[in-house]
Amino acid sequence: MNRIDQCQAEGKSLSPALLTEMYKWMITVRHFDRRAVHLQRSGRIGTYAPLEGQEAAQVGCGFALEKRDWLFPTYREHGVSMVHGLPMATIFLYWNGRPEGCISPPGVNIFPIAVPIATQLPHAVGAAWASKLRGEDTVTVGFLGDGATSEGDFHEAMNFAGVFQLPVLFFCQNNGYAISVPLSKQTATETLAEKAAAYGIAGVRVDGNDAVAVYEAVRTAADRARSGGGPTLIEAVTYRYGSHTTADDHTRYRDEAEVNGWREKDGIARLKQTLLTLGVWSEEQETAAWEEADATVQRAIEEMLAAPPVDHNRIFEHAYAKLPWHLQEQRAEMRKLYGNGGGK
Amino acid sequence: MAKRNLIQAITDGLRVALREDRRVLLLGEDVGVNGGVFRATEGLQAEFGSDRVVDTPLAEAGIIGASVGLAVNGMRPVPELQFAGFIYPAVEQIVCHVSRVRMRSQGRFSCPMVIRAPYGGGIRAPELHGDSPEAFFVHQPGLKVVCPSTPYDAKGLLLAALAEDDPVLFFEPMRIYRAIKEEVPDGHYTVPIGKANVVREGRQISLFAWGTMLRVSLEAAELAKQKGWDVEVVDLRTLSPLDRETILASVEKTGRALVVHEAPKTAGLGAEVVALINDGALLSLEAPVGRVGGYDAPQPLFSLEDIYAPDAKRILHGIESVMNF
Repeated sequence: MNRIDQCQAEGKSLSPALLTEMYKWMITVRHFDRRAVHLQRSGRIGTYAPLEGQEAAQVGCGFALEKRDWLFPTYREHGVSMVHGLPMATIFLYWNGRPEGCISPPGVNIFPIAVPIATQLPHAVGAAWASKLRGEDTVTVGFLGDGATSEGDFHEAMNFAGVFQLPVLFFCQNNGYAISVPLSKQTATETLAEKAAAYGIAGVRVDGNDAVAVYEAVRTAADRARSGGGPTLIEAVTYRYGSHTTADDHTRYRDEAEVNGWREKDGIARLKQTLLTLGVWSEEQETAAWEEADATVQRAIEEMLAAPPVDHNRIFEHAYAKLPWHLQEQRAEMRKLYGNGGGK
Repeated sequence: MAKRNLIQAITDGLRVALREDRRVLLLGEDVGVNGGVFRATEGLQAEFGSDRVVDTPLAEAGIIGASVGLAVNGMRPVPELQFAGFIYPAVEQIVCHVSRVRMRSQGRFSCPMVIRAPYGGGIRAPELHGDSPEAFFVHQPGLKVVCPSTPYDAKGLLLAALAEDDPVLFFEPMRIYRAIKEEVPDGHYTVPIGKANVVREGRQISLFAWGTMLRVSLEAAELAKQKGWDVEVVDLRTLSPLDRETILASVEKTGRALVVHEAPKTAGLGAEVVALINDGALLSLEAPVGRVGGYDAPQPLFSLEDIYAPDAKRILHGIESVMNF
């Protein structure tokens, strides 16, 4: 499971073996995503935020990080979170509206999904600050989309990071749209990366559908951060093929020709071509990889579906470290009316 | 007259306002091409143009802050926040500026705007999409807070809010956006701000509710009837300022009261209604005024939202507690 360690062992060089591993992850992430959309359509999970099209950016980024690094994700970072060690079943549970879906396993430094936009970026700054204060060799990555660059929190986080020279990366997947609003209505600048200049930090723009390029950009920025060189804003230019979430319909705000144009630049197809050119991949391996991905995703879905009814005591369990009197009373009343756990 | 659900009534109200008043403009995230995440502004950009139905950058504080300037300079902005749970980045603008423009400028400027925000749980939405933050804004002087529970009221209250000289927060109960259809008149009409509505007459206990909780309270009133209790149900409709007259008249008639809301119970709007009844109708009371609210825990993920929000069973339990005091 731990591809990160393998990545570490191989250092910066992207060996064919590592590229193959990356490719398999991208397939797994895409398959996971498509199944998640189907699960939502059939009413077995709730609203879901698809990421199809962004696999190269997420997996490339994930591989460039170390196990000890911290992630502060949005609600669309399933790919990079999985690569970093978040179990797939946990992600399914989250989208099934279950509190267990918020829990990262011990040793996996992933903060719970932030639903509000850009609000996790100051947190990433703080976490990186703590690492710096403790003299640790750890990098923190705050994830964001293009829309988040309009929020105040984005600018405040960038400014703090620059002022305090923190080991933090802002990894922006510019996927073209904030729900229905295109980048051209989100900013008057040509690129998002150039916004870094205003805060005195490094800004990098990379082809987000090129997993290798993303890997290298993140690796370089992370190395610089680790050695005290300060923060970087990375703009990975990519595209989401589907809707913002399963609750909206992207055909209302963009046409199929645009989506299809991006499909021609698909990150998975591109890495596959690289592997074929290197002579380390075959159609048999391709078939086997999709079958393996299917089995992996199926196991996670079964784990999610087999979860016992959600325990309604969880409403109270983590509201405070120690339950105050008024919540003890409310819990007692709830138990009286609805029984002791196991859902309504 | 056409039958409309609550969201269609709001769309119609916005259309009437845009037609009648050149000063009115709608702004927010996805309100234009996409017609809003709940389709409240569907078709309005096509009809009125992208200068009057404006897709903005993704920035709640920016949307409300810009609306302050628009309002002060003669426009009637109707900013939309996609969900009430996304209002928090804009709280600084609402609390520090929107609500204080009139006071700070001693009447030289005013800040008339209608901030629309869908609120409440019950639609299996992700985290933070189901909050009920009305009490925060009722607590803030300088604002009016409105929360309709029917399509007819939604349109009438919206048009009344647009005619106000003060800023109005307009909380829309998204759980019942499409749950009910009723006759909603075409054209302009208003439902007055500041007036509650007795939607069910009763003699023994008054239930006060609004928005999403009104229908659940009516359900509970039916269950109570089977137990022999005659329940009056009052839709507050305007949460700030409260309709003291209607609330007290109801309590004076029934002698007992229960307030129902989905927001956390502690320091929720229910506490204010209780205080208002204590101040104005203490001697009419046969029992302490009860409250049924959400639990004092953060609004949970959707697998637990049905048990978090009061249902008819919990409200009935509240009625029993007051009746059996």
